[in-house]
Amino acid sequence: MFFRMVKGVLFRQKGKMAMIAFTIALGASLATAMLSVMYDVGDKVNQELKTYGANITVVPKEASVVSDLYEVEGASTIPTSYLKEDELGNVKTIFWAFNIVDFAPFVSTEVNIDGRDVTMVGTWFNHHMSLPTGEELDAGVVSMRSWWDVASGRWLDESKDGDAAKIMVGSQLADQLGVHEGDKVSLKGDAKGGSYEVAGVFEAGGDEDSQIYAPLDLVQDISGTDGLISSIEVSAITTPDNELSRQAAKDPSKLTVAQYETWYCTAYVSSICYQLQEVITDSVAKAVRQVAESEGAILDKTQLLMVLITVLALIGSALGISNLITASVMERSQEIGLLKAIGAHDQAISALLLTEIIIVALLGGAIGFGAGYGFAQIIGYSVFNASIALSPMVIPLVVLLVIVVTLAGSIPAIRTVLRLDPAEVLHGR
Amino acid sequence: MALLELKNVYKIYGDLHALDDVNLTVDEGEWVAIMGPSGSGKSTLMNIIGCMDKPTRGQVLLDGKDIANESSRGLTDIRRDKIGLIFQQFHLINYLTALENVMVAQYYHSMPDEKEAMEALKRVGLGDRAKHLPSQLSGGEQQRVCVARALINHPELILADEPTGNLDETNEKIVLDLFRQLHDEGTTLIVVTHDAEVGASAQRVITLEYGKVTSSHGDTSFGKAARKDVV
Repeated sequence: MFFRMVKGVLFRQKGKMAMIAFTIALGASLATAMLSVMYDVGDKVNQELKTYGANITVVPKEASVVSDLYEVEGASTIPTSYLKEDELGNVKTIFWAFNIVDFAPFVSTEVNIDGRDVTMVGTWFNHHMSLPTGEELDAGVVSMRSWWDVASGRWLDESKDGDAAKIMVGSQLADQLGVHEGDKVSLKGDAKGGSYEVAGVFEAGGDEDSQIYAPLDLVQDISGTDGLISSIEVSAITTPDNELSRQAAKDPSKLTVAQYETWYCTAYVSSICYQLQEVITDSVAKAVRQVAESEGAILDKTQLLMVLITVLALIGSALGISNLITASVMERSQEIGLLKAIGAHDQAISALLLTEIIIVALLGGAIGFGAGYGFAQIIGYSVFNASIALSPMVIPLVVLLVIVVTLAGSIPAIRTVLRLDPAEVLHGR
Repeated sequence: MALLELKNVYKIYGDLHALDDVNLTVDEGEWVAIMGPSGSGKSTLMNIIGCMDKPTRGQVLLDGKDIANESSRGLTDIRRDKIGLIFQQFHLINYLTALENVMVAQYYHSMPDEKEAMEALKRVGLGDRAKHLPSQLSGGEQQRVCVARALINHPELILADEPTGNLDETNEKIVLDLFRQLHDEGTTLIVVTHDAEVGASAQRVITLEYGKVTSSHGDTSFGKAARKDVV
């Protein structure tokens, strides 16, 4: 009989129930959209921030000691110690491998062009890798230095035939040498020299404008550093730092076992650095603090904004639900009075009303969830120009929120029901 | 044997004595009509007898148990187990069929039994209207569903508030015939009414004025004599 009564209300009072379901759907859609964006905004903001460059640099331990000792970064662009090129693939084998979105190796040397010493940097431009894990990856400075402007010509691309022996010249140097796209530049390095075609001239807005960039293999050939690299720049998606990560960054050995586990299994920039050091022999990985901290701060603020919008949406929804349900209960006061008169206890009537409301809420919530996921995609494409992935956390969270908000919104109605005096409502007094 | 006894019952709202020292006894199987002008305290008396209200003072013994001191939950249980209520406005649940409206009373009493509910509807002449919603039934039919709902749990007392107030003459006769049948079967009936014809059908008529019982006329031959007392 209980379900016949619930069915009776749901099917024979469709208008009222549809209005309640609509209000719940509205709240649920906002909650779904905001939560989906909130859960994905970290990745999206990180991806956006990756365009500002790497947030981790890996250098040989020896070079790091020298730079720490004299408190200077890059005092000389010419390295004296090296990392092994064949360990580069290990970068994508660490615990947080999937958080490594891009990386590129660098090796620098000095070359002589018409009696002038010029820094030449070898790196990946758009290097395709087949990793031991089976993953395919394109990495290099084309994506990591997306703010560089190719003033003439084009980016080098390792996959193109002939690009292995071409170079890119910084705009200042190109002006000084009077070279343009398609010209040949004769240069001589420590091990080898030759004439190389200029594929493009770039403007980086820094020291790079007076340097030459060329494929890694070419620079290794010229400098006689086959199989060696001087640094690796890594773009990684990181979790904002907290006290634990700062403590660990100083000395992980001082952490307790539980703290160490938590830290190691969280994508803090310090734990990713630590894991990189584990897989690259004699290396020191350091966070580029400014970038890492800006990312964390922006992410924190964006997520706080999303949480506030979600909370406000849910409060608005709860108020709407509360008004509608209370109005519905008042309209049904005679029915409720009758049920009390024929022997229904308050709990039985409350259970009946709550069952009706929860069914309507779940229906409205399901519709709202679908609509909210659609809103999330609209937000994703308008703000980040990418779709918003549905986090598995969002579904149970929205179900829980819908139930909590509906129950909270039902409290005034239930209190009204409990106060109803059957004698008064049945006699219209 | 007395089913219901009211001893020195008062119901006071501020300065208003809605019931003023009411003493009344209703025996098992008796059919009593409570009459009186508007504001005489009929509805207040009905609410107290029907366990929907409690007196300010006095004793209300139903089946020997004083209900004046019962909790709200206790009163609900007494209504459910001992009393069948019939209302002037019918108070049927508009989204349930006639059959389901009868079954609701079973559900809150013990256990719904569709067959038994159908028998109750057949008894009031609505076997063929069982699947209809209240909005698809006439006033008389709705009141008969209300009667079926009141008698489905075999209550010790049927309490009817102006049961024919919204009915035409034909339907009034049908309802009164149903009451006669119930009375013949030994059911105790208390009917609050303005209608002299309804009052005259009862065994005994109690008249209220300004919250006091001003007369109580009874006749065991029931019907004509009672009618004579009232008219």
